[in-house]
Amino acid sequence: MKHVLESVENQFETFQILDENGKVVNKADMPDLSDEDLKELMRRMVYTRVLDQRSIALNRQGRLGFYAPTAGQEASQLGSHFALEKEDFLLPGYRDVPQLIWQGLPLHQAFLWSRGHYAGGQFPEDVRALFPQIIIGAQFVQAAGVALGIKKRGKQAVAVTWTGDGGTSQGDFYEGMNFAGAFKAPAIFIAQNNGFAISVPREKQTSAKTLAQKAIAAGIEGIQVDGMDVLAVYAATKHARVRAINGEGPTLIETLTYRYGPHTMSGDDPTRYRSDELNSEWEKKDPLIRFRKFLEGKKLWSEEEETKVIEEAKSDIKEAIKKADQAPKQKVTDLIGFMYEELPVNLQTQLEEYQAKESK
Amino acid sequence: MAQMTMIQAITDAMRNELKNDENVLVFGEDVGQNGGVFRATEGLQKEFGEDRVFDTPLAESGIGGLAIGLALEGYRPVPEIQFFGFVFEVMDSVAGQMNRLRFRTGGTKNAPITVRAPFGGGVHTPEMHSDSLEGLIAQTPGIKVVIPSTPYEAKGLLISSIRDNDPVVFLEHMKLYRSFREEVPEEEYTIELGKAAVKREGKDVTVVAYGAMVHSSLKAAEELEKEGIDVEVIDLRTVSPVDYDTVIESVNKTGHAVVVQEAQRQAGIAANIVAEIQERAILHLEAPVLRVTAADTVYPFSEAEDVWLPSHQDIVEKIKAVVNF
Repeated sequence: MKHVLESVENQFETFQILDENGKVVNKADMPDLSDEDLKELMRRMVYTRVLDQRSIALNRQGRLGFYAPTAGQEASQLGSHFALEKEDFLLPGYRDVPQLIWQGLPLHQAFLWSRGHYAGGQFPEDVRALFPQIIIGAQFVQAAGVALGIKKRGKQAVAVTWTGDGGTSQGDFYEGMNFAGAFKAPAIFIAQNNGFAISVPREKQTSAKTLAQKAIAAGIEGIQVDGMDVLAVYAATKHARVRAINGEGPTLIETLTYRYGPHTMSGDDPTRYRSDELNSEWEKKDPLIRFRKFLEGKKLWSEEEETKVIEEAKSDIKEAIKKADQAPKQKVTDLIGFMYEELPVNLQTQLEEYQAKESK
Repeated sequence: MAQMTMIQAITDAMRNELKNDENVLVFGEDVGQNGGVFRATEGLQKEFGEDRVFDTPLAESGIGGLAIGLALEGYRPVPEIQFFGFVFEVMDSVAGQMNRLRFRTGGTKNAPITVRAPFGGGVHTPEMHSDSLEGLIAQTPGIKVVIPSTPYEAKGLLISSIRDNDPVVFLEHMKLYRSFREEVPEEEYTIELGKAAVKREGKDVTVVAYGAMVHSSLKAAEELEKEGIDVEVIDLRTVSPVDYDTVIESVNKTGHAVVVQEAQRQAGIAANIVAEIQERAILHLEAPVLRVTAADTVYPFSEAEDVWLPSHQDIVEKIKAVVNF
């Protein structure tokens, strides 16, 4: 029976366009991106790398709160996001703040979310997205619902959601994909496989050789992609979006990626479970290095341009942190006000109590 | 006016809202062509189409997520959980997600979802069908819990629940589905959520109840009338938030109170009522507030329901104990 399993697994070969040296290894699937698009993708990746470095520093200074590092996942996060449109609805996990920012969430609000301030969840009306989901898997079942809603409304759009490799073990991961499949709903499910769920290696989550093959259980298409290759991630997501909008249902995309930093800044020490060898092996695969080489080969990128992006990012971050500092201090009466459209009697009473307390 | 059972009144409320608001969607396991395992959605798919009333895969958590996602696209979902004992599968969607959507988005998004589910004992169901789990949700900020006890109220409360722009868990007692008929207006009407009803006026003792226990309490009151004890029966109708003003006003008048629930003593919401009464009316009390509840065991094997479920006789005894304290 061994060949049966093999025949399944052989359907999920890693999709790649750029190799580690920035060389195109798959011309046939090269996405149709203009020079400006390619530069914009690089700009976003560099900017997001700086954002990660600064966020870690700001967290250490106590100027940010909860933060889940993103360095290493730029191709996975931004390549998939770049294939989307403004009318698509994003359901990110807690590590997927960069996608929200490039969807239009102001940076200072992302920082307020990190700090734990209600204004961090008050997204601008034209940003079709939910806050980063803390309950791993919940975004998958909700994405199925958003996608069904989009389908019922007859919109040309998709619902897109991201989780990690550990998240693929959750019931909601399976239910979300299966529901979207049963309703042929326009959803894109992305499993960013960075090899570890906190300290637990991906092999301890499942015996399945790929995570992409989990799509089979839902009867939907699954793609495994080199998650350090921004062009491959973009092409796979674009393909999934076209399928979804054409009424062909959802797709699961597994991106093989890596996070250079800890799981979160809340006391995780990755030296306990990851070796230096593993780190350096993945550092060679850095999505920025290979895309930079690719663009330099096409004379589309220079050191000056990169420096400009870095400076721009740093200055934006500085401004955003200042703006976040100016947010009003939260009061219990604010929190009461966000509970219901009309306050029930218990909260009316408590509102009065806290109003009295706050006016002292 | 028409004579309706509670299940017919519930169907009627959903039909009314499906007609009234094109964003209303009814879905769940077997609610479509089959019309629901209790016929609650009978005829609705035929009348409104598969786009409005539809079956789902068998996965409660998925149903909860579906409701939240549809709400984010501007729909007004009315999902059904086939039996409330299955709520554990969807506890995160209900008590970790939809209840806090408005809060987490700083008031910029909301979840106008009404989760309907049958519960309640006395009909010899298999395991995990009849458990009274309203206490779990009543502890959850951001969600209302409604439990009607009559056909008339079921319709008015369900219409209000569906129109509410925040999530509501609407629990339907299985024993009350077809146990009696009453006059229910065919036109639409609403009953305000969070408002109790005095079902029987009395001057000696206040009985606070909800669900099937309202009828047991009324039966107990009738029996005690013969013994000269005048019982006031309050039907909470909404168990979160509770209409404490009505309760306190009654206790201030009678000076005695008994709280009646079908749930186990450590569950339900009776302890909340007792606490509020002692905070707000202790100087009017002539006796401690006692509770009629089930025993703190797992919900019984079906043949043991008769001895386990609180009966009107249990209520009679507790009322006497309070009045004769």
